[in-house]
Amino acid sequence: MNFITDHLLSLILFTPSIAAVIMLFLPQGENKLFRWFAFGASLIPFVLSLVAWFEFRAFLPGFQFQESYPWYEAIGSSLHLGVDGMSLTMVLLTTLLTPLAILASFTINDKVKAYMMLFLFLETGMLGVFMALDLLVFFVFWEVGLVPMYFLINQWGSANRNYASLKFMIYTMGGSLGLLLAVQLLGVLFGTYDLVTLYDRWNALDSGSMLLGMSVSTVKTIAFWAFVVAFAVKVPLWPFHTWLPDAHTEAPTAGSMILAGVMLKLGAYGFLRLILPLYPEEARIFAGALAFLATAAIVFGAFASYAQTDFKRLVAYSSVNHMGFVVLGIAAAAFAAGTTDATIALNGAILQMFNHGLSAAGMFFLVGVIYERTHTRDLEKYGGLFPLVPVYGGILIFTSMASLGLPGLNGFISEFLVVRGAYPILTVYTVISMLGLLFTGAYILKGIKKVLHGPLNEHWAHGEHRLTEINTREILVMAPLMALILWIGIYPAWILDVINRAVVMLF
Amino acid sequence: MTTETLLWLIPLPPVLAFFLIVLFTNRSKALSHSVGVGAAFLSWLMSMVVFVRALGVEHLGEHPFESSINWLPTGDTWLRIGVLLDPTTAAILFFVALTIFMIFLYSVGYHNFGQPKGDHDHKGLPPHGATVDEHGHTHVVPSVEPMYSRFFAFLGLFAFGMYVLVLSDNLLTFFVGWEIMGLCSYLLIGFWYAKPSARDAAVKAFMTTRIGDVFMLLGIAYLYSVTGTLTFREIFTEDVLHTLASVPSGFLGFSAAGLIGLLLFIGTVGKSAQFPLHVWLPDAMEGPTPVSAMIHAATMVSAGVYAVVRMFPLISLDAGTMSIVAFIGAFTAIFAATIAVAQNDIKRVLAYSTISQLGFMIAALGIGAYVAAVFHLITHAFFKALLFLGSGSVIHGMEHGVLHTGNHHVDPQDMYNMGGLRRKMPITFWTFLIGGFALSGFPLITAGFWSKDEILADAWGHHHYAVFIVLAIAAFLTAFYTMRQITLTFLGEPRTKEAEHAQETPWTMTVPLIILSIFAVGYGWVGIPEHFPVLGGLVPNWIHEFVGGTLAEHPEAVEFNWTPLLTSLFVALGGLGLGYAVYRDVNSVAQDRFQIPLLKNKYYFDEAYNYLFVKPAYWFAENVVYKLMDQGLIDGILHIFGPVTDRIGAFIRNNFDLPVINRFFGDGSADVTYGLGERMRFVQTGRIQQYLMFALVTFIVVGAALYFFLLA
Repeated sequence: MNFITDHLLSLILFTPSIAAVIMLFLPQGENKLFRWFAFGASLIPFVLSLVAWFEFRAFLPGFQFQESYPWYEAIGSSLHLGVDGMSLTMVLLTTLLTPLAILASFTINDKVKAYMMLFLFLETGMLGVFMALDLLVFFVFWEVGLVPMYFLINQWGSANRNYASLKFMIYTMGGSLGLLLAVQLLGVLFGTYDLVTLYDRWNALDSGSMLLGMSVSTVKTIAFWAFVVAFAVKVPLWPFHTWLPDAHTEAPTAGSMILAGVMLKLGAYGFLRLILPLYPEEARIFAGALAFLATAAIVFGAFASYAQTDFKRLVAYSSVNHMGFVVLGIAAAAFAAGTTDATIALNGAILQMFNHGLSAAGMFFLVGVIYERTHTRDLEKYGGLFPLVPVYGGILIFTSMASLGLPGLNGFISEFLVVRGAYPILTVYTVISMLGLLFTGAYILKGIKKVLHGPLNEHWAHGEHRLTEINTREILVMAPLMALILWIGIYPAWILDVINRAVVMLF
Repeated sequence: MTTETLLWLIPLPPVLAFFLIVLFTNRSKALSHSVGVGAAFLSWLMSMVVFVRALGVEHLGEHPFESSINWLPTGDTWLRIGVLLDPTTAAILFFVALTIFMIFLYSVGYHNFGQPKGDHDHKGLPPHGATVDEHGHTHVVPSVEPMYSRFFAFLGLFAFGMYVLVLSDNLLTFFVGWEIMGLCSYLLIGFWYAKPSARDAAVKAFMTTRIGDVFMLLGIAYLYSVTGTLTFREIFTEDVLHTLASVPSGFLGFSAAGLIGLLLFIGTVGKSAQFPLHVWLPDAMEGPTPVSAMIHAATMVSAGVYAVVRMFPLISLDAGTMSIVAFIGAFTAIFAATIAVAQNDIKRVLAYSTISQLGFMIAALGIGAYVAAVFHLITHAFFKALLFLGSGSVIHGMEHGVLHTGNHHVDPQDMYNMGGLRRKMPITFWTFLIGGFALSGFPLITAGFWSKDEILADAWGHHHYAVFIVLAIAAFLTAFYTMRQITLTFLGEPRTKEAEHAQETPWTMTVPLIILSIFAVGYGWVGIPEHFPVLGGLVPNWIHEFVGGTLAEHPEAVEFNWTPLLTSLFVALGGLGLGYAVYRDVNSVAQDRFQIPLLKNKYYFDEAYNYLFVKPAYWFAENVVYKLMDQGLIDGILHIFGPVTDRIGAFIRNNFDLPVINRFFGDGSADVTYGLGERMRFVQTGRIQQYLMFALVTFIVVGAALYFFLLA
């Protein structure tokens, strides 16, 4: 037991990869075995992160469950892991969504072994970002996550997958170029990549002094934007978002679940873990610009979603809209760091990350459920399906309402907190973003209307096209998501308290 | 059980019923409605206990029942949520619990419980009737609603939302209840989702009210950031109110209180269907009739008024905001009343009448007549629930006739297809008459008279003459269209065969009507002004004493004045009389002199909004945001990268790699070597004499050079 508690994070982090490597040696062609093995393997990190969740002492400052192993000593980089309330929430989200995504992929019949292995590698990549306390390790995991996702889209995606996967890869890589340079800059300056050390030493630099022939503030500004662009692409912030609808739409169902559920959070997490603590001054100066982009994402994301005729694209664009609120909260906090308003805004932003993870994953899965049966995503071809699939319809309405931000469900709490926190700080932007909130309603209702409502759809009612009801496995994927959506909506304190304490101590 | 515990428990039965029905009992109709009606009964019972206990507390306004828990951590403090029962809440709870229970009971009959399954009924469409074999011949009888269980589940959730809203001690859970009702109205208006009209009406209702809601959310956020609390009793302290009134908002000269009040009021405008967000409510009639009663009487629209009532201490701080409230209310009252005159659908008349009556309440609040507004809110809930359920009963009776004749082209909701129903449906007739008279403000015996008179008296007494005149005219119109409705529906002779074969409805529907009609009359007696001629002082003016106690300053009762009294007598009796006189002999639409296109088409608001907002919004979304910005501009720029990179690659290859590297360095060096070799070939002859000759020449040349450079 001691071994487990002492190495909790590295166990969570590497179990999926180890499992993936073991899969390599499993006999060929045993699809059922691959599925259950991968599913079982992904449950281990979930259970372990539950252990971490309950062992976690929210009232203690700093990082917990820290582990450090030498990795690249020559340049001062080590595999330093640790979590605080903020990252632990994200770890929990990742380890929860991965088994569900694997369970959702049981219908994949093509190259199952490779598929499942990629998924497990993907989990390690994402978890590494959330756990890393070393800038270089952070970057490595940041990039590692891209590769499995690229192949998942490219190999198991739908019609336009080549375009989408390439766009996804190039966009994200393009964004990370600056990040890599900025990371190197910090490493070279201080001879270490350790985040905890960097927090102190980087901020202790006298802004008047010279660095690399430029003033410190100039260097910091350049590095700041290099970070921002990398994370903005990932979030995605308007106008860096156009990879998202393509990638999400073309990816296989489970890929979209993870993309929307976790990968977008990597960007937002980057803002919180690196930008706010490393560049408080620059973040304050450019908070207005960030808020502008966030508001643009909220409003234009909602409008673009409203304009879609493809169900999955509609859901994909909704992510742009929802993640905009995360960045709006971050911008507000950057502008007025340390105030109660900022704390509330950040609480909202982090909770919104978790909440969006639940509802977006759910929505993508539900789109997948119906796509698998009908092989179309065209909203015009649906309509009048409610009498055929009442259970599915009920689940879809429930999840849509969570996405819409209906009070009583989780999305409302986080959106309210963001709005509440941002209102006194960025009044105009908050007011404009309300327009986005209004249109969130418009596109969600459009989705429900076009899929479920309307006269009974004869095409899907009879014969070979007959639409079948959502099955038990699919309900099992949705059940944990729905339970959490409701639970957070009714009593958010269990998770918000952890987030709140982390935010108060961090910023 | 303590009163506080009861307050926490009141909202729970309906929501538990919702989950029970959805998850477990939905296959059994009897079980589902038992769970639903039982839950409504339980909540009603607890509400009554709480109400009676509240009556026994002296100075309840200062020492209300309250209890709260930590909910949201916000930095170092918590946002607390809880329950609160002050006098106004108690009065509201009384009617909410009762009407909800009545509506649940009524729904059992309305959805034809116990009737056979329809011949070709589909989920998502109203039942079409079933053919049964009886005594050797077949005839068509009403069939049971195919989604019977689902209806009770939704209704339960709806009731939960209303209870949460009423009992909240803070704006946040208030808003939660508010929005849950929004969802339920969406689900229930679109209950027959297979009807395109119902589906569109549902979306329209949700979106229109959501416009108000986002403003309200802003108001809540603003209020929260200024005061640091959302709990009513913490906001309504002298210090906080003083701060709110004195802090400028920086927006058009409003104080913070004024702007917050205005933002919250926009929420009310949406929810209570006030001008200019009134358009959703008439369309909401697409839902089953119990839903209309639920939305338009007992719960949702009342919630809008209740929001202003609840926030009255804050809203009343700013004179500018109050004027806006009064104006919107008065304008809506008369505006909707004029439309109601020209409607022929029995439910639509009531819908516009609801909008108009809500306008009365809003106007009353705008002029500061707090008690009068609450009084009218309560009496209106009783008689409007009664009227809606009555109209449902009429429609039900008419549908019976339609099934009998088999002519499905006859619209059972069109009043011109009715007439003479008083003989066929006596209970419905008499209760509807009571409701109608209460709505019209028939003097002395109906509740509507007392509450409406109170509003007029207040307007007169506080010198709001413009509001007084507008409301008086609106009241006249109200009496007029109500009598028109009663005349066309119940009086005269049946105008169609269907009306001849209409039938009284079962007890589950008529009992709620009777109970509600008792309150539509009797509830007025609790609010008779003290100085009213003859009747004043016989019964204490309970409503004024009790509800007025909610406010920090107990409002003064207005002095008695004959002008408003005579006015309300005149408008009520005059309107009723004129309505009867005009429509007594009208037998077809053609004879109806008030079918003015402008009124009939509701001043073309739907069309205008469609062209001004809905279509442009979609156009903007599709063409500007998606096609132009995302696909055109952003992706366009991205797609330039591909070819440009290609070009750069090609350029480098063609102009550098190929000529410079390959030709010059790669091929070039080879060429040079080759060329050199080629040129030097002639020396490699293989003849030894020649080599020796070269060696000798070289020796001489080198030797000469050495000699020349080194020695000379």
